[in-house]
Amino acid sequence: MRLHEHQAKAILSGFGVPVPRGEVAETPEAAAGIARQLGGRVVVKAQVHAGGRGKAGGIKPAASPEEAEAAARQILGMRLRTPQTPPEGILVRKVLVEEASAVARELYLGVTVDRAEAAPVVMASEAGGVEIEEVAAAHPEKILRARAHPALGIEPFQARRLAYGLGLDGELAKAATALTTALYRCFVAHDCSLAEINPLVVTADGRLLALDAKLTLDDNARFRHPDWGALRDVHEETPLEVEASRHGLNYVKLDGSVGCMVNGAGLAMATMDIIKLAGGEPANFLDVGGGASAEQIENAFRILISDPKVEAVLINIFGGILRCDRLAEGVIAAVRKLEVKIPVVIRMEGTNVELGKRMLAESGLNFTSADDMAEAAEKVVALAGAAFRTSPRRVAPAKPALGKPRTSPGAG
Amino acid sequence: MSILVGRETRVVVQGITGREGSFHAQRCREYGTQVVAGVTPGKGGTVHEGIPVFDTVAEAFAKEGANTALIFVPPAAAADAIMEAADAGIELIVCITEGIPTLDMVRARAFLAGRRSRLIGPNCPGLISPGQAKFGIMPGHIHRPGPVGVISRSGTLTYEAVHHLTRRGIGQSTCVGIGGDPIIGTSFVDCLRLFAEDPGTAAVVLIGEIGGTAEEEAAEYIAHGLAKPVVGFVAGLTAPPGRRMGHAGAIIAGGRGTAQEKMEALTRAGVAVVRSPAEIGASVARLLGRP
Repeated sequence: MRLHEHQAKAILSGFGVPVPRGEVAETPEAAAGIARQLGGRVVVKAQVHAGGRGKAGGIKPAASPEEAEAAARQILGMRLRTPQTPPEGILVRKVLVEEASAVARELYLGVTVDRAEAAPVVMASEAGGVEIEEVAAAHPEKILRARAHPALGIEPFQARRLAYGLGLDGELAKAATALTTALYRCFVAHDCSLAEINPLVVTADGRLLALDAKLTLDDNARFRHPDWGALRDVHEETPLEVEASRHGLNYVKLDGSVGCMVNGAGLAMATMDIIKLAGGEPANFLDVGGGASAEQIENAFRILISDPKVEAVLINIFGGILRCDRLAEGVIAAVRKLEVKIPVVIRMEGTNVELGKRMLAESGLNFTSADDMAEAAEKVVALAGAAFRTSPRRVAPAKPALGKPRTSPGAG
Repeated sequence: MSILVGRETRVVVQGITGREGSFHAQRCREYGTQVVAGVTPGKGGTVHEGIPVFDTVAEAFAKEGANTALIFVPPAAAADAIMEAADAGIELIVCITEGIPTLDMVRARAFLAGRRSRLIGPNCPGLISPGQAKFGIMPGHIHRPGPVGVISRSGTLTYEAVHHLTRRGIGQSTCVGIGGDPIIGTSFVDCLRLFAEDPGTAAVVLIGEIGGTAEEEAAEYIAHGLAKPVVGFVAGLTAPPGRRMGHAGAIIAGGRGTAQEKMEALTRAGVAVVRSPAEIGASVARLLGRP
């Protein structure tokens, strides 16, 4: 789960990381009020789960409360499009209004888990303000690393070495050492998979300040963090993905026309790949779980057919222990109940597979059976293509759905 | 022949009185596995479906001579279960549990360092030496004994590959699901080393997916002297960057860990990389000179 910048900064501040003074506004008037309270120059920053906000027009400086109000009016309600957002962008619902800082240097500081080393690693770089992946690709020598002890964490000497490596000295080196250990403590306490301050700035008057912050939380640790529910912003998630997660389904929305329903994550990815190989485009990743119960199949169908782009569905279930007649029963019941009209191709493997196929064939519904994945993919791509050519709603190209019109007061 | 497990392996099932643990302990026993004990704290002294239950792994080790642990403990307690098994002196720990927090696995891996236990998983289907015994949740009947070793980060995708092999009459020595999490106990390279030394294994199927660098490390090892032929498949060519594809470890982060990179690395190392799991059987047959 990703957090907003203002949430990350509030959490980091609790660990002693210095952050600029600021508050969140949902209206231009509120933004003006915050700017008035802060006094002086401020920065108005769109709060969305995506980087690259500055270049996209989602971050604006303001010299007065009036300018802050005008900036907030521009940003609130806009669809921010950055390289990290979906093509249609993300609707901005909140802005962070912060005091502006005079910046002398921009640094990078982050903690993540090194998979190969099975331990957290602290990374620091004097190339702050750009994506760390770009630095890693172009100038790997500019990234300093300190591997944390899995149980003991990061020691002060390691943090000091990073600080000196960044060219900090005197009081600044001391502050950076404290800040690094604070960031590490936050990473562990909140079960983060990424805790990143980018840029970490040295101000003109010689202080360290976390100008931007990003925390990503390990979803597997949710059970021991009852407070995470309040941090989740479902507006930042695709509605269908929110719905899927309520049913315990692993669903990721993509852009194609072939919906897929598969048991197992690896097989689900391979199914998407083979659809592409057959000349189609997968509409989604969907793992219904090992058991593929009738209830999960119904939930999955409901989500797949809610995606208007889906022209045909491929069900690929490797049952093993699972009985294919039961599976067929579940599929038939779901298709009848939800009145699924689009063609459905089913490839299943397991006990009683012939009986299952016969049940599908005799159901009178729009099913096509396939014996293996490759055949299933070819069939479903052909059917999706045919649907594309004949479907009435495809005659006139539909405008891409951009979500609800903005309604927040004062956003126009 | 096989690696890691066989007929003589004596397994203790941790979480045996839970729904999954109970169900799969029975399926393993039906396949021929020696399920000698179960562990559920608080239920020691009872007997579950004919299997003696203990409060601790140490007792199961001392009284029943268990040398392998199969873990079905829920995510919140699973890392603890791994460490308990290691502390009891269990040689091979197979953790099926999905959803363990990454930092719990950091602790568990640190605990295992310097001990003799090997961990398989977590978030894996387990492993099977066909015709001998199985330790996990895979359907036993799709396998048959033979000369091909299988290593995979995925469950049902492995069954798919095994199914294609078996349908062509090609059996398997051992199939190992190493798990879909970012931090796991045994890597592709560890398994390749074991298969390299196993006289019963003539070829290896390696099934990877997006995320991490395990496939690249496997490619490096293969290029530097694995004498046996390898067929590879990597899932996730169409996966979008930055999104977790079901498995906690299946994510393209910062543009790294793509299926394309992994396929290229494996191809450079001499692996026969196939574009679809349906081609795995034919590719192995070709390498083994079979019809």
